[in-house]
Amino acid sequence: MSTAPPDADELGRRVEAFLAEHDPAATEPLEFLRARFDAGLAWVHYPEGHGGLGAPRALQPAVDRRFREAGSPSNQPERNGIGLGMAAPTVLSSGTEEQKRRFLRPLWTGEEIWCQLFSEPGAGSDLAALGTRAVRDGDHWIVNGQKVWTSMAHEARYALLVTRTDPDVPKHRGMTYFVCDMTAPGVEVRPLRQITGEAEFNEVFLTDVRVPDENRLGEVGDGWRVSTTTLMNERVAIGGAAAPREGGMIGVAAKLWRDRPELRTAGLHDALLRLWVETEAARLTGERLRQQLAVGKPGPEGSAAKLAFADLNQRASGLELELLGDDGLRYDDWTMRRPSEVDFTRRSPGYRYLRAKGNSIEGGTSEILRNIIAERVLGLPGEIRVDKDVPWKDLPK
Amino acid sequence: MTDLLYTEIENDLRASVREVLEDKAPWTSVLAGTEKDEPYDAALWTALAGQLGCAGLPVPEDLGGAGASWREAAVVMEELGRAAAPVPFLTGSVVATAALLAAGERDLLGRVAAGERIAVLAVPFGTAPGADPAAGPAAPAVSGGALTGEVRSVADGLAADVFLVPAAGGLYAVDAASPDGGHVRRTAVTSLDMTRRLADVVFAGAPARQVAQGADAVRAALLTGAALLASEQLGIAERCLDDTVAYVKTRYQFGRQIGSYQALKHRLADLWTSITQARAAARYAASCAAAGDADLPVAAAVAQAHCSAVAVKAAEECVQMHGGIGFTWEHQAHLFLKRAKADSIALGSPDRHRAALAELAGLPPA
Ligand SMILES: Cc1cc2nc3c(=O)[nH]c(=O)nc-3n(C[C@H](O)[C@H](O)[C@H](O)COP(=O)(O)OP(=O)(O)OC[C@H]3O[C@@H](n4cnc5c(N)ncnc54)[C@H](O)[C@@H]3O)c2cc1C
Repeated sequence: MSTAPPDADELGRRVEAFLAEHDPAATEPLEFLRARFDAGLAWVHYPEGHGGLGAPRALQPAVDRRFREAGSPSNQPERNGIGLGMAAPTVLSSGTEEQKRRFLRPLWTGEEIWCQLFSEPGAGSDLAALGTRAVRDGDHWIVNGQKVWTSMAHEARYALLVTRTDPDVPKHRGMTYFVCDMTAPGVEVRPLRQITGEAEFNEVFLTDVRVPDENRLGEVGDGWRVSTTTLMNERVAIGGAAAPREGGMIGVAAKLWRDRPELRTAGLHDALLRLWVETEAARLTGERLRQQLAVGKPGPEGSAAKLAFADLNQRASGLELELLGDDGLRYDDWTMRRPSEVDFTRRSPGYRYLRAKGNSIEGGTSEILRNIIAERVLGLPGEIRVDKDVPWKDLPK
Repeated sequence: MTDLLYTEIENDLRASVREVLEDKAPWTSVLAGTEKDEPYDAALWTALAGQLGCAGLPVPEDLGGAGASWREAAVVMEELGRAAAPVPFLTGSVVATAALLAAGERDLLGRVAAGERIAVLAVPFGTAPGADPAAGPAAPAVSGGALTGEVRSVADGLAADVFLVPAAGGLYAVDAASPDGGHVRRTAVTSLDMTRRLADVVFAGAPARQVAQGADAVRAALLTGAALLASEQLGIAERCLDDTVAYVKTRYQFGRQIGSYQALKHRLADLWTSITQARAAARYAASCAAAGDADLPVAAAVAQAHCSAVAVKAAEECVQMHGGIGFTWEHQAHLFLKRAKADSIALGSPDRHRAALAELAGLPPA
């Protein structure tokens, strides 16, 4: 029974009908979220049966706004960035019907948090060099290896896991992609303390972990292609969020400028205005990117957005510290905590400055993004490759 | 949120304008034109204004225009920037037209929109929106219907048939070719931007007709001009990036295409990223101008502060990455560098626009 996807009016009616049937104040939050997913009002551009209605993506913000106004419970997207930003689109594009049915709903409701077991000590920017081995054993795979910098592994129920299944072929061809149950025996998560004092990320040791073949995403040996979907979505998720003018880090600096006239200097005024202009231009670029997505013409601006986001966050947070002078010398808390979200606004300026340093490393370094833009957008020649036709096992490590 | 993409109509218009420019204004002829005495390329202007109806894009049809909007005019600006085209579009069809629209001056507007007359706002090209050119002791003065004073560095001053002169009390129209030529004297200026030339203009008791009272029309003209100049700067930057990318793919040194060196690739990727942002900022400014949006002053200042710098950077990188050839007169890069640098000063430098923003965004100086 396939009908035309709903337009804005139709969607509005469905939201109202849903709210009439499920009083947010009287319904248990999880039950509410599950029902919202089942009604196709979770992410409206997803297919029917998987939380959506096949509606234009551009209609999502209005739906979210209406639910917020009605006092609906939140699925806490700030806790499940990897799940919503990367895992969901990957499962949607590479998963079987059964996998979509199993994973998407608890992911969206926030019942199950996700993490990404990609990076390894020997494979960061060069992700395809990874060595975590998966060896077939009947209808299971036995996984051994070590992952690193894994955000949220300590809270995650599932992980996106890329492994090496064939060491005898060149590196891009011998990888296979799985969903890994983080509660499975042999998965050990150790906190890795970071520059800010706390530990958002972890080392993850995988020792004889048994992953059922039904948790494989895509074909055996097709792991690189599936990873590319994840990485592409990661960049859009990091750089592409909608924000009002002065919404991000520049807003914090601007407010400080307004509130503390005694801190102002002519040089900092100039620096602040330059950043303000660039941030506004970047914000409008994000808006253009979303408008392109909405009309079904995604541009390559996602990479630009991620690159700009990292640069602007770092410069604005640096400026804020400089502006603060003596107060910028003080930090709020070096305790090794295990936060479940990154909070740029409620922590101290020193935290913002330090945490922003990760923005140009996480999700692909700014150097790698520049390579991608130069090669895929501008069509410039690729880097000289010494590893292309060499079997993975023979590569220098 | 305002539409920041290009409509189908805008893309069609772009294609037509580009076709005319490729046919009538390849860079070799633009360069050759700089050695001639003519103030602009009249044949090209006739094709754009007459055949394509570009001159009156934002002017309503009942006033003789095309009934489009500043968004379409901005697309034309992009293409003119890509070609460094020597035509009085910015000065006549944007700045002066915005003044006439604001002044509600129908007859002259119709003739400007039809491309029959070229009107030019008589202010120094570097004048920023927010400035009042009619204020100050050196401003032209009107007495008994006659205008007297000197205005230096007027863009397309030699191309003008009519000057719109801000003077105490309002805006005045002065026939540039008044029967008694002694009333209006124009001197060509050797200009940094060889494709948009300046002139010093002396008004010596020139008969003047008031077309607007107060400073509103001038303010609207400068603001609209600044908003749309960003699109020209975008076009310049895109052209410079395209030329550079094409070149680094074909030039071999040390046995490799120079475009395979990361030191160049990363700079080009950064340039592309800034241009991506320039496009969003320029589109937003044009959309605000088209819609009469109250955010126009902020949008124009952001667009100018950002796009000026991007265009200059793109042109500078273009010269550098072409090596020696990029430093020669025989290569197109200098046409774009000169226009980009001049444009960055035109209608307010980035610094002026940041100062305007400081006020608009409530971020006062130290
Ligand atoms: C806060 C944070 C959270 C993270 N979360 C996760 C996570 O949840 N899951 C996960 O799997 N990973 C995560 N990462 C890991 C991240 O993806 C990697 O750190 C990143 O891809 C870089 O890899 P690397 O650390 O091995 O550095 P390397 O690849 O060793 O890079 C070192 C330096 O060399 C440069 N470089 C490398 N190759 C090139 C080249 N070809 N050209 C030019 N320069 C080059 C890099 O840009 C960098 O400056 C996280 C990282 C951070 C900082």
